Amino acid sequence: MLMFILRRLGVMMLTAFALTFIVFSLTNLQPNLEKLAKSEASVRMTDDQVVSWIANNGFDTPMISRYGQWLGVVPGWVKTMEDGEVRGRCIEKGADPAAAPVRCGLLQGDWGVSTVFKKPVSQILGRSLGQTGWLMLAVMLVMVPTALILGVLSGMREGSRTDRVLSTGAIITTATPEYVSGVIFIALFASATVGVSPLLVHLGLLGSPDALFGARKTLFMGTATSAMDHITFWNFALPVMTIALYGIGYIARMTRASMTEVMTAQYIRTARLKGVSFRQVVMKHALRNALIAPFTVIMLQFPWLLNGVVIVETLFNYKGFGWTLVQAATNNDIEMLLGCSVVAVFVVLVTQLISDVGYVFLNPRIRLA
Amino acid sequence: MDTLSWFQIIAAMAGRFLPVWVALVVTYTLSITFKRRLGLYGKLFDSPVGMIGFGVVMFWVFTAIFANWIITMDPLAQFSGSKNAVPGSALKAPDEGAYGYLLLGADHVARDVFSRMVMGSRVVLQIAPAATVFAFMVGITLGLPAGYFGGKLDTGLSFLANLVLAFPVILLFYLLVTPEIVKTGIPTWFAAILFVFPIVFFVILFNSRFFTNPAKRNLYVGAVLVIGIWAYSGLAFNLDPLGIWSMDPNLLNVFVSVVFVNSPGVFRIVRGMVMDIKTRDYVAAGQTRGEGPWYIMLWEILPNARGPLIVDFCLRIGYTTILLGTLGFFGLGVSPESPDWGSTIDDGRKLLSMVPHPALAPALALMSLVLGLNLLADGLREESLKD
Amino acid sequence: MTSTDWDPSKPILEIENLSISFFTRLREIPAVMDFSCTVMPGEAMGLVGESGCGKSTVALAVMRDLGKNGRIVGGKIKFKGRDLTTMSEEELRHIRGSEIAMIYQEPMASLNPAMKIGAQLAEVPMIHQGMSKHDAWELARQIVADVRLPDPDRIINAYPHQLSGGQQQRIVIAMALMSKPALLILDEPTTALDVTVEAGIVDLVKDLGHKYGTSMLFISHNLGLVMDVCDRLCVMYSGEAVETGNVVQVFDKMRHPYTQALFRSIPLPGADKNSRPLVAIPGNFPLPHERPQGCNFGPRCDYFQQGRCNAADIPMDTVPEGDRHQTRCLKWAEIDWDAPLKARVTKEKAKIGKVVLKMEDLRKYYSVSGSAFGGGMKKVVKANETLSFEAHEGETLAIVGESGCGKSTFAKVLMGLETATSGSIMLFDENVESTPITKRNVDTVSSVQMVFQNPFDTLNPSMTVGRQIIRALEIFKQGKSDEERHARMLELLDLVKLPRAFAERMPRQLSGGQKQRVGIARAFAGGAKVVVADEPVSALDVSVQAAVTDLLMDIQRENGTTLLFISHDLSIVRYLSDRVMVMYLGHVVEMGTTDQVFQPPYHPYTEALLSAVPIADTKVERKRIVLEGDIPSAVNPPPGCPFQTRCRWKSQVPGGLCDREMPPVQVLEGGHQIKCHLSADILARMEPVIKIAAE
Repeated sequence: MLMFILRRLGVMMLTAFALTFIVFSLTNLQPNLEKLAKSEASVRMTDDQVVSWIANNGFDTPMISRYGQWLGVVPGWVKTMEDGEVRGRCIEKGADPAAAPVRCGLLQGDWGVSTVFKKPVSQILGRSLGQTGWLMLAVMLVMVPTALILGVLSGMREGSRTDRVLSTGAIITTATPEYVSGVIFIALFASATVGVSPLLVHLGLLGSPDALFGARKTLFMGTATSAMDHITFWNFALPVMTIALYGIGYIARMTRASMTEVMTAQYIRTARLKGVSFRQVVMKHALRNALIAPFTVIMLQFPWLLNGVVIVETLFNYKGFGWTLVQAATNNDIEMLLGCSVVAVFVVLVTQLISDVGYVFLNPRIRLA
Repeated sequence: MDTLSWFQIIAAMAGRFLPVWVALVVTYTLSITFKRRLGLYGKLFDSPVGMIGFGVVMFWVFTAIFANWIITMDPLAQFSGSKNAVPGSALKAPDEGAYGYLLLGADHVARDVFSRMVMGSRVVLQIAPAATVFAFMVGITLGLPAGYFGGKLDTGLSFLANLVLAFPVILLFYLLVTPEIVKTGIPTWFAAILFVFPIVFFVILFNSRFFTNPAKRNLYVGAVLVIGIWAYSGLAFNLDPLGIWSMDPNLLNVFVSVVFVNSPGVFRIVRGMVMDIKTRDYVAAGQTRGEGPWYIMLWEILPNARGPLIVDFCLRIGYTTILLGTLGFFGLGVSPESPDWGSTIDDGRKLLSMVPHPALAPALALMSLVLGLNLLADGLREESLKD
Repeated sequence: MTSTDWDPSKPILEIENLSISFFTRLREIPAVMDFSCTVMPGEAMGLVGESGCGKSTVALAVMRDLGKNGRIVGGKIKFKGRDLTTMSEEELRHIRGSEIAMIYQEPMASLNPAMKIGAQLAEVPMIHQGMSKHDAWELARQIVADVRLPDPDRIINAYPHQLSGGQQQRIVIAMALMSKPALLILDEPTTALDVTVEAGIVDLVKDLGHKYGTSMLFISHNLGLVMDVCDRLCVMYSGEAVETGNVVQVFDKMRHPYTQALFRSIPLPGADKNSRPLVAIPGNFPLPHERPQGCNFGPRCDYFQQGRCNAADIPMDTVPEGDRHQTRCLKWAEIDWDAPLKARVTKEKAKIGKVVLKMEDLRKYYSVSGSAFGGGMKKVVKANETLSFEAHEGETLAIVGESGCGKSTFAKVLMGLETATSGSIMLFDENVESTPITKRNVDTVSSVQMVFQNPFDTLNPSMTVGRQIIRALEIFKQGKSDEERHARMLELLDLVKLPRAFAERMPRQLSGGQKQRVGIARAFAGGAKVVVADEPVSALDVSVQAAVTDLLMDIQRENGTTLLFISHDLSIVRYLSDRVMVMYLGHVVEMGTTDQVFQPPYHPYTEALLSAVPIADTKVERKRIVLEGDIPSAVNPPPGCPFQTRCRWKSQVPGGLCDREMPPVQVLEGGHQIKCHLSADILARMEPVIKIAAE
């Protein structure tokens, strides 16, 4: 068992290095650096000036060495300018070059400075991850129990009316990407001109201080910007539902498939013919076996959830991790984008590891074999 | 002229789609008449779910084909004074003989939403199925040997596949689909690698089967090589002397990225299926007859994995459609003018809570297409299991 | 719960005119028609028939568990006088598991993989008697000991996958006995198990049946097993009971042509491929929706009379002098049941020629990783150890052994799918030991071919039958043109007695026996000289088995093929083989001519194997030798003699030699080899296991 986890960890580290190196190379391509030079120094630079700016800022060393510096395993570059100023990766402007550390990278906790936000990357990441954390927590709390319950209910009696209704629902939600469901939700619940809000205003349930749902013009808020300071049901429900909806459908379908498979297993028939009641058959015999597969699925949903987070935070203008990633990517903010990638890759790999190890733990057949 | 009522709008739209209805009726009549002779496709018409799904998918396929007849306006034209016009609005100053209504209203730069939505289907249905086919070629060509031989080859390829799968898609797109990348020429090299797979696949396919009969083998393999290399030079390097095969660099970039993202998924499915099927006795029978490994993989194993692969193919076209929408939604790759659904949703979302219709129309269109594909896949799965 | 007014002298189960149908989208498919039977208290009733005859459906109907599509469309099932067909779900729940219990074919699948054995057992009394958890577990422990499992404390705390197949089946039996049911239904309880393990289970079931006074409904396709276990039996054919009565009467004085044909098609001692060949039942089992008018067996029956047998439905008729003996035949009184088989074809014995295959000291070791996670120590599985033998032209050499004995590995090495670790394989004076199949030349490949076990797996489902045979011809470089190969393919279909129209069919349109014939045709496409048949008939129904076996024998006779017949079924081996090789855990423990192996002296393992095979003949007396425990794993074989853990003769060998040393091969008279430490005089004193009582 220990060997297994260690091996998984080894593969995971290898994957992490490979992925970060790919991201690093793709963000540090020559055209990106030229663009960076122009945006940082001056848009009207000549080509020669661009080349010297790139060299002066330490971007002219080989990719692998820069990757090492960024990781913090290779000493940061140090250069003496023509005017005698000593510049280096780890030397802050105006500080004493001698006092600066030799290495400064990810391992030393130095994630660089964002060019868009003009602040250290770690600080921005910390704040935005906090925001996204709340969002994810809410999504998980809504998504997982709903999906599992719906999946079990529909897989319990395959082909029944409940099953058909729920399955159709699940297919519809899996066909609805976040940018579609978000648009539909906003049009339905957060538009002052169409959907339910004008109706509620007309009925007097909305739009005046003494109305049932408050003085707002729309039932839900179309943006979640205010949720960054203060989360309420009205400003948070739509983004959460938008992300959760796709996942609910997907996980419910997996759970249903797993449940129907278990329910036709011979040992379920054995239990039934022992005289166990249907309720007990489901609760005691089927459930545990049926939930092994969806557990893996839930964990492997994370890369997709990350997608949802990016779309929803952009759509609802919620300044969390996804929003930051979009800002960094569209503005050529190399250090920020690298930081975001590291977090994303880390989250994905850790959930994969949990999924692998958890699967082994949940399944006695493998655990004790 | 007055603004049309919702009933009138629906009637008018149904009228515009007339070529599609005709094509659908013909397809269904023929298919249901001959369904007993059409194999799995015919059996689809035994399943209500499959029939509905197939109908929705074919609706959009025919819409894409007949888009030129269906649209009411030029999808890129702007009609002054109609900015954010509501559905059914009459044009302020229609040209002589031109259509006089904005059936689904106009967007924030006064373009006709209905025509853009119809034209958008063409963009999506050109890229999504083709990209999925390429992803399948790559996934199958690599997944077969990985599953069949196992060992180091499998370990290596699976590691690579997992590497790509571990990337959050959105991040990968932000890294791969940028103007800077196009400048470096990386997409061309990607294309050069990915587009080789179909040629390799078909060459091996025919060679393994007909090597006992060299005349036939040379004919088939020769044909594959001539057509393949011709198309390859055009698509990957834009070097086709006749100019028939070519792809816009931006489009190529989007296409290659989508293929790249999809291939590992196919690889995993194929690999799993091969590991299962290779334990069957008919595979052992092939081995004891002295068949080569590629014959066994391509002619003994692959045909028997077709059921799940066809189902996954449908699902994956839907997934690719969603991915293309995502790209459009973030304004990546395609030109800003493009009427594709993702970009149109992105355009419309800025004024979403005030004027929802420009974003809703393409959103519902995209959703219905993906739903159709999912239902079709479900129907196929159900029917293929009945065998 | 039980009706107190039930009289114990009345039948415990009475099925009257039961009819069951399955409903599909297209039509109603009748599965069981007009089925009646009675089980008295303490009686064991056998239900026998080929697959698809409806015997399991009857069992499920008694449990009222026919699934969504199945429905009882007529008749009554009375259990202790109460009609089960009209009971509510709630009433049924109280009867299931407490008064009627069921045991299934696949023990692994019938146990919940995520629950401990104890919990699964204890559940039964907790539901039905409201027993406390502690008492229930205590009872579980006791019953586990009752089914003769070692170390019950460990077992009740184990998960199902930690037990072997035989142990799992004992647990399933224990579960059925937890609340001392009045009726036990056993649906092919030993089919998935090895013969020596099966013998133990059968003994256990019989003993427990007597101990608890339980009535049994025993479902099996194996007539021998039914004779061992049951008092009465009911033969089913195509959804109907065709004959019922007590076991001895039905076996000795059958009064239905189907029962008679069934007995003639199974290899009983005394049958011989040359002098007394088996008689296959002509034709095929009718599909449920294609049953003929009148007698279902009519089209395949020797006594069929046009206009009488196919006129109307045939009722059960009582045979007067019998003990509740009934038959569904109009002509039973007219048929001369003791008439000898007319026109019995005796065939000439094939000539045995020169040596074509010679193996010497063949070894095959695999290394496997120690644990499921890929880590840990690498372990070596010794699949084959010092295998030496030779096979002659035109000879049938049977290789006998239970699962894990290395017989399939041996086949793989011979075919070149694996290469041997050491030793030599001489094939027509060419050493192919380390030549994998891809390196062998076409002649060598086409002259050694294989017939596979599972008919549903042996043909590629997505290629026509003709195409598959033609492909083999192409690969073996037979025929000059496509036309020539097509003609040759049709000849091959003739050879295996299939209609030529089958060339265009897909495998799914063929029955199991037909698929197996195509497999044989394919194997002979390149004029094979050596054919390895890996359990070619074990997955087929008995009546089809005879036909396929005879086909193999005929082709062998014509072509002088060497047949290596791998099997676990000693009856069929005795019937068709010239020489026999018995394997256990990778070792050849005994080898000799068929007569030598089936007569004493035996290797102790052969002795046990012979005694374990049930024989459907009332005149045969068998000595019961039940082996303890299971077959050890090949990953971790016992030291010394591989068989020492289960050998009943071990005490006869002085000085614990069996524990320490691998026995030498003793060569007895006539080249009969036995790998055993037992001294020659002990071997000579061995008694035969099977005795045929004088007629």
